[in-house]
Amino acid sequence: MPSIAKPIATHPTLQRNALGLTIRDYEGSMSTLCAGCGHDSITAAVIRALWELDTKPHMVAKLSGIGCSSKTPTYFVSGAHGFNSAHGRMPAIATGAAAAHRDLLYIGVSGDGDSLSIGLGQLCHAIRRNVRMAYILENNGVYGLTKGQFSASSDVGSKSKRGEANRMAPIDPVRLALSLGATFVARSFSGDKEQLVPILKAAFAHRGFALVDVVSPCVTFNDHEGSTKSYKHTRKNTLRATQADFVPPQSEILAQIGKSGTTSVTMHDGSVVNFTAVPKNYDPTDRRKVAAYLDEQPANAVVTGLLYIDSSAPDMHELGESSPTPLRDLAYEKLCPGSAELDRMQEEFR
Amino acid sequence: MHDVLRTRVNDFAVKLANVNGTGSASANSLLMQAIFRMGIPVCGKNLFPSNIQGLPTWYEIRVNKDGYSARALDYDLMVAMNSQTYDRDIQEVRPGGYLLYDSSWPLDPDLHREDITFLGVPLAEMCNQAFDDPRARILMKNIAYAGAMVAALDIDMDVVNALLEEKFAAKKALHESNRKALNLGYQYAKDHFDCPLPFRLEKMDGNADKILIDGNTATALGAIYAGCTVAAWYPITPATSVMDAFKGFCEQYRKDPETGKNNFLIVQAEDELAAIGMVLGACWNGARAFTSTAGPGISLMNELLGFGYYAEIPAVVVDVQRVGPSTGMPTRTQQSDVMLAAYASHGDTRHILLFPANPHECFHFAVKAFDLAEQFQTPVIMMSDLDIGMNDWVVPRLTWDDSYRPDRGRVIDAEELAAKIKKFQRYNNEDENFVAPRTLPGVSEKGAYFVRGSGHNKFGGYTEIPDEYQEVMDRLKKKHAAAAKFIPEPEVVSRPGARFGVIAMGGCDPAVREAMDQLDRQGTPADYLRVRGFPFGEAVEKFLADHDFCFVVEQSRDAQLRSLLTLETRVPKEKLKSVLVYGGFPLSSRHVVQGILSQL
Repeated sequence: MPSIAKPIATHPTLQRNALGLTIRDYEGSMSTLCAGCGHDSITAAVIRALWELDTKPHMVAKLSGIGCSSKTPTYFVSGAHGFNSAHGRMPAIATGAAAAHRDLLYIGVSGDGDSLSIGLGQLCHAIRRNVRMAYILENNGVYGLTKGQFSASSDVGSKSKRGEANRMAPIDPVRLALSLGATFVARSFSGDKEQLVPILKAAFAHRGFALVDVVSPCVTFNDHEGSTKSYKHTRKNTLRATQADFVPPQSEILAQIGKSGTTSVTMHDGSVVNFTAVPKNYDPTDRRKVAAYLDEQPANAVVTGLLYIDSSAPDMHELGESSPTPLRDLAYEKLCPGSAELDRMQEEFR
Repeated sequence: MHDVLRTRVNDFAVKLANVNGTGSASANSLLMQAIFRMGIPVCGKNLFPSNIQGLPTWYEIRVNKDGYSARALDYDLMVAMNSQTYDRDIQEVRPGGYLLYDSSWPLDPDLHREDITFLGVPLAEMCNQAFDDPRARILMKNIAYAGAMVAALDIDMDVVNALLEEKFAAKKALHESNRKALNLGYQYAKDHFDCPLPFRLEKMDGNADKILIDGNTATALGAIYAGCTVAAWYPITPATSVMDAFKGFCEQYRKDPETGKNNFLIVQAEDELAAIGMVLGACWNGARAFTSTAGPGISLMNELLGFGYYAEIPAVVVDVQRVGPSTGMPTRTQQSDVMLAAYASHGDTRHILLFPANPHECFHFAVKAFDLAEQFQTPVIMMSDLDIGMNDWVVPRLTWDDSYRPDRGRVIDAEELAAKIKKFQRYNNEDENFVAPRTLPGVSEKGAYFVRGSGHNKFGGYTEIPDEYQEVMDRLKKKHAAAAKFIPEPEVVSRPGARFGVIAMGGCDPAVREAMDQLDRQGTPADYLRVRGFPFGEAVEKFLADHDFCFVVEQSRDAQLRSLLTLETRVPKEKLKSVLVYGGFPLSSRHVVQGILSQL
């Protein structure tokens, strides 16, 4: 993962956010991914979302596993600590980090190999614990760094670059997350920034585990005719189930209930997600209806949008009833029972 | 006349053979605790199966006025409560000894021995008459044999009654039935046997400054006193009780009086891969965190232990060793994770190890492990074992220095970053111990850096350049070596006229000390060194250099401590001989004496 620094010069007319930062302040080093890689578009969406949210860069912690997608945390927010962990182990590292400090914004970036094969167990359990983090699964259906093997998200019949068809059923992260009780489930497409940016903003505001599965074509190994994760195939088959607009808490909320066909969900921090263009009978807060809707869509449809949200479920810290002060910041004096208590309690060991 | 028939006070061994899952553990620990409260040095070893109900289990109690606390292999009294193992148990009684059995049924005449005395107590019969509930009839047999032993060994009945009262303070009915059963056995023994037996107990004042505690509980207490706030673990024998105890102490000491919230978070992980990941994540983010596991867990943690070593992230791992390889014997003890732990993970890795010998050291070494991990920014593995971890040991009371403050190592905060640091470089600017300062997430943009397990240079940047890679790797080796000055010094016992040295670690200590006294009495004095940590320091080197040859006594087939010594010190391999006892039961001095004498 060689890093190439970007030139610092910024254009004087660049817009500044509430912190006085330009979007350039949320960038990282130069990407070393292939030109046209979907992952770079996702990185750009992450940068845009954080800038629009006025996030303090140092309050972000970026984590990843191993693979092309896992390289991308170096490409955004250079002012944030990063943790490029081992293959499939990012969810555990993020869980521990979140345990130590509950108030940072944890952004986990992973891929379909990292998440759905070697790291499947850890992903599932991070969902179960409702660890407060945004988990971006950059899904290209292929192992890129090892040059083109099928991944666990490859669709049946999808062809490799050499023409071989995948015959094993894929693992769908969206269905998986829904079945595990995930509290925020979204899918988008790296080529759909208009949809992706508000989804990411909502994911960053979500108090709990936010899974954002992003179909992100691999231009080198999986963008050919016959692939179901190509730009062409994804564009043709995308079915936008919902469009979500994210309204941060400090903004004036004009209407809670919008026009017909819309619904609003207020999040824990007071921000609001307005769903527009929601299909009839679709309720993004009703897990069973969401699952039923997904079942009804054509097999080759790539259903996108913020599909499910439960903003009331307790996260790991609430489940553990842990201190409102980050555990790492508790004074030692609060943690050690002292010598007098040690003397007293040892009477129980007699 | 057998020596067992001569009156012996406070010097004998009892073995209790039971079926597991029948409630014998509480009766056995009652006996052990009563002897402890009588002020007499005592040790209890639980030899139990990897099973919940129905398999043979043994409990050994050794009483020794001189304080020898290793297993005795000569049993003066066998309490044979398990028909599955009668034949073996009867054979283990020393000539002239006694066997107490349930005489509700006749004993197989084939099992008779002329040279021991059989004490029949109709336990089942008495309990069937005294209790209606079928479960109570089984459970109370244990308390009834305990009652018989109170009479036979002259255990202070007041002490036993006080213990029952404390134990069942909130359960009146249970208290009553336990007392009843105890008296049944006691009275029967008084009426039918010549009580007390020739070996018996007499009050002493040997335990005023002692406690009775297992190593896992002491380890958990150490983690509490060290200020640990995050724990992640996966259930595994024999380490589970570390976290059980930690949770108990947290409930007791870590409920915030102001907020009512928990000043801790314990995560039961999905496996050991995740448990060590969580610990690294928490430590990277500035908390004190630990995990506890056994050998199979260390195998799984290898991957991220290497990550922690290379990326320089603190972590505390408690390895309560059990018998390997593979699943091995989960409820039996061994010291066979030493090599695995010392070099855990692929590539050139080396870790700091601590070898506590008893629960007292478990407490202090646990605290030390957190300090070393943060001081040296690396995983520290505390090598306990099943014998230390799960058996109750009589050890000196734990003490605490209230002026202690955690050594958090070199961490640069926001102020220092702003005032003194021009450009933060993660692995640069090392101190005399080759430790470079780190920063914590969420503090300052200026301190931001990228942790990676991939090749990196001293600035923290990715590299594939040989010199840059080697520069970091060479510093890591020096950093590990520098830790030798900070790990606990070895314990050395010298004797005049010593012909050779004996080296051991961990739970072998009591057996080795006893063996060396015996050897000395037989005219073979030797010096003793107990290793307490790795990397080895100068004191170990000196001991090795000062002796023509040394025996390394340890509980592994492949002489792992000896291997580590030959790899990591200047000692010539041929100067080290081995005494190896690795069948899974705790060591006895007899093993050591025989092992050494057979090679002299």
